[in-house]
Amino acid sequence: MDPLFQFLLRLGDNTLVLGHRVSEWCGHSPVLEEDIALANTALDMIGQTQLWLGLAGEVEGKGRSADDLAFLRDAWDFRNVLLVELPNGDFGQTMMRQFLFDAWNVTMLGKLMKSSDQRVADIAEKASKEAAYHVERSGDTVVGLGDGTPESHARMQAALDYLWPYVGEMFASDEVDAAMVKAGIAPDPSSLRDEYDALVTRVLTEATLTKPDSKYAHKGGRTGYMHTEHLGHLLTSMQWLQRAYPGAKW
Amino acid sequence: MVKPEIAQIWDWLDAVPDPEIPVISLVDLGIIRDVTWEGDMLNVTVTPTYSGCPATTQINEDILAGLAANGLTNVTLKRQLSPAWTTDWLTEKGAASLEKFGIAPPAKGVPARCPNCHGTDLEKSSQFGSTPCKALWKCRSCLEPFDYFKCI
Repeated sequence: MDPLFQFLLRLGDNTLVLGHRVSEWCGHSPVLEEDIALANTALDMIGQTQLWLGLAGEVEGKGRSADDLAFLRDAWDFRNVLLVELPNGDFGQTMMRQFLFDAWNVTMLGKLMKSSDQRVADIAEKASKEAAYHVERSGDTVVGLGDGTPESHARMQAALDYLWPYVGEMFASDEVDAAMVKAGIAPDPSSLRDEYDALVTRVLTEATLTKPDSKYAHKGGRTGYMHTEHLGHLLTSMQWLQRAYPGAKW
Repeated sequence: MVKPEIAQIWDWLDAVPDPEIPVISLVDLGIIRDVTWEGDMLNVTVTPTYSGCPATTQINEDILAGLAANGLTNVTLKRQLSPAWTTDWLTEKGAASLEKFGIAPPAKGVPARCPNCHGTDLEKSSQFGSTPCKALWKCRSCLEPFDYFKCI
């Protein structure tokens, strides 16, 4: 498989799956302002998905659109990291997951703005503005809830303990990444780790939360080797209409 | 065919309202980046505000309809992502119209004043508002909530 196609699927599937997950909150958030904020965040991520998967389809050259890639692939063809497919849990867990992803996304997009592939650089320039806004909000919320009441603090620590083993996968490298580095299209994900850790440590410290010691990392999402059982359930809901009524439009 | 002047076409486009905030035009919003003739074909370059903005399709249709109403039907719309849209491109006319309508125009990070009473004792309710381009604020003087056009 063309490494650039694979690389773009990874970016597009991350924002697609997380965007869909976050959209599940629509109409269910703890307060109206948070409901609107989550829906808007989801919308930005779906917008970025259209750009990444649109370019993926173009690079693949088989006439597949962003919609085709989103709605007509099955779980084993998805290339998102496991972190983004995990269930929402409570509001705190959702915001912790968002922060852990946003911090990576904003770091990666900053580097992609200098990509040798102008199409990648253009999308990154657009998306990075949105990602910067997202990480500001998710970071503030992690601090507010972490350094909040004993109840909110305990929930945020539990969320961090649960999600932390999924962080490592975002920094894994394989032959696709090596090809991207060689072509000057993208950095080696492992090279982003220090910048990420600095940002995350600063926010978690302010949030009075303790970063788990464990170096263990669940993986298999970005390579497609093995997703969690949660992805299939998400796709069942997200893809239902196009599966039941192929080609339906409105 | 007599080709209208480019300046005339900009005027026509300035009469096309934003579908979600109709008090400002698409030109005021700063999303129309270029208008050029290529033979008998008119190229209009448009940049999205937010990548997921649901008004994008409507905006494209409104541009085509606005030009067709002035007899221009041979039009190609081009999407441009870079340079990415910034609120710096909002016109002064647009900023004034926004405030008059009750939306605080983009300022350095935070709204300059309440669009209703012009008070400056303000509080953020949410980083997001009713559309992707807005945040929700509240005035502590007149106690009214108001939309703030996010500065990006």
